[in-house]
Amino acid sequence: MENIITNKSQNENQEAESAPDKISETVYNSIFSRFFLETASIAMFTGRFFKEAFKPPYEFNELLKQSFSIGYKSLPLVSITGFIIGLVLTIQTRPTLAKFGAESWAPGMVAVSLIREIGPVITALIFAGKVGSGIGAELASMNVTEQIDAMQVSCSNPFKYLVVTRVLAATLMLPLLVIYSDAVGLLGSFVGVNLKGSVSLHLFMTQIFHSLEFYDMYPAFLKTFFFGFSIGIVGCYKGYNSNKGTEGVGKAANSAVVFASLMVFLIDMIAVQITSLFQK
Amino acid sequence: MADDTSVKPNTDDKQNDIAVIEMEHLKKSFETNQVLRDINMKVYKGENLVILGKSGTGKSVLIKCIVGLIDYDAGKLVIFGKDVAEQNQKELIEIRKRIGFLFQNSALYDSMTVRENLEFPLKRQLKKTPKDEIDKLVKEALDNVGLADTIDKMPSELSGGMRKRLGLARTLILKPEIMLYDEPTTGLDPITSREISKLIQEVQTKYDTSSIIITHDIECAKLTASRIVVLKDGICAAEGSYAELENSTDEWIKSFFFIINLDKFYERVIWKKELRIKSDWEYLLP
Ligand SMILES: Nc1ncnc2c1ncn2[C@@H]1O[C@H](COP(=O)(O)OP(=O)(O)O)[C@@H](O)[C@H]1O
Ligand SMILES: [Mg+2]
Repeated sequence: MENIITNKSQNENQEAESAPDKISETVYNSIFSRFFLETASIAMFTGRFFKEAFKPPYEFNELLKQSFSIGYKSLPLVSITGFIIGLVLTIQTRPTLAKFGAESWAPGMVAVSLIREIGPVITALIFAGKVGSGIGAELASMNVTEQIDAMQVSCSNPFKYLVVTRVLAATLMLPLLVIYSDAVGLLGSFVGVNLKGSVSLHLFMTQIFHSLEFYDMYPAFLKTFFFGFSIGIVGCYKGYNSNKGTEGVGKAANSAVVFASLMVFLIDMIAVQITSLFQK
Repeated sequence: MADDTSVKPNTDDKQNDIAVIEMEHLKKSFETNQVLRDINMKVYKGENLVILGKSGTGKSVLIKCIVGLIDYDAGKLVIFGKDVAEQNQKELIEIRKRIGFLFQNSALYDSMTVRENLEFPLKRQLKKTPKDEIDKLVKEALDNVGLADTIDKMPSELSGGMRKRLGLARTLILKPEIMLYDEPTTGLDPITSREISKLIQEVQTKYDTSSIIITHDIECAKLTASRIVVLKDGICAAEGSYAELENSTDEWIKSFFFIINLDKFYERVIWKKELRIKSDWEYLLP
């Protein structure tokens, strides 16, 4: 037993002697290794999600509850932002189009940009801010107060109950919210068009569907699942693995939002690249 | 080092008893922080083992190792005669089902009502139990700890003592054979502390559990302990019955009891302002 201890300290000594200069080591430790470690552990977390998600028993009740609270609570915020975006976009596009005498294109253009890009991304960012941080803070505070440990000790799987349900709920709810937000955005656009001049709802709709194609809707809808999934995973990961201290809660909520927003842009970029491959 | 001062364990009358938990040379460190250095301890069936030790000596780490919330680095941990290191995941879960854990801050699920808190572990461990059966178990568990009228309240509406009782009820509802209490009386007023201590004693006689009770409340130790182990610097520094340790001639153990009394004194004077300082001087005396 003493041998083990002395061996260990000898190893430590050797390591200390052969260590490279302090600064580069510190930089390495603080930035690179942490980045890779974090990436690896998120990947493992995601892997665990898939492993647990398909294994019975399922927590249907909790999934419904989470879906309701995640979806329903974001509704007011999504409505307001969606409406304003549609309205503002229309008002901003109008003068430019007017220069070319193409004002009647406004609804179509707004619809395309709203449905393809702005609707999903803005809604996802709002969702990351509201739901991602909420999940991060909730799980982190459960972690701090040892509620997660308590579930573990009573042999009820906390990962399944807390993480799987929330990630699934986020994945399923965000697409619905995006559709809703798109619709509200178009309503805003309709109001915007009617602020100067008058366009009937029928004409507005015809203009929209004239310029929209299946290829606009389908990839845009598909990517929102990935947005929702990544926001859920990031929020849960940050909360579930937070520091056991009160400051851990704030940190988890904060980094969940930052990281989830970043993920939304990354996924969006990838999604746009993939779609453009298929469009030609 | 006070290693040579440890009191010889009085195990003569325990020799024939069955040990439910055995630890041999258990070690655990967090990076450079060696928390558990060499823990050797046995918990016998039906006894209340109290672990005393200053804050940060690794008492919580020790019992978290037992339930697998923390993995130990080296050594041997045997529970119910089975070496934990040799069990697979399923067998570990079966072992852990027989162990109850009361967390320091009760760890109640604060998004659920009292009823849901109790149903949560039940529904997941006793699947396919009919609803009225579960209702009956919940009612019974609450009655046992004297909380029958709080069933539809939220945990945030309960007082500290009630939260501890609820935590205890939630743990006992699964009928564990080993109970682990992490500082069950910390943060409670003296009267509630005593009630909780008595409850722990009752649980032991009623369900014939074997328990580890972590505390630095000397009164709780006095009320509940059949045996006391003192942790210091990551090892078991002393062991014996309450009377043996209290009357120990060893300076360090004496000072330890004194410090505990001093802690209690400060806690009462500073946090419980309604108490008279005069009557509290007695807590200064070992
Ligand atoms: N998960 C952890 N990671 C790192 N260090 C920890 C962890 N848990 C406990 N420690 C350290 O272990 C030591 C003992 O902690 P603990 O067992 O909580 O003490 P106590 O005896 O008061 O219950 C402390 O120094 C603490 O910092
Ligand atoms: Mg502790």
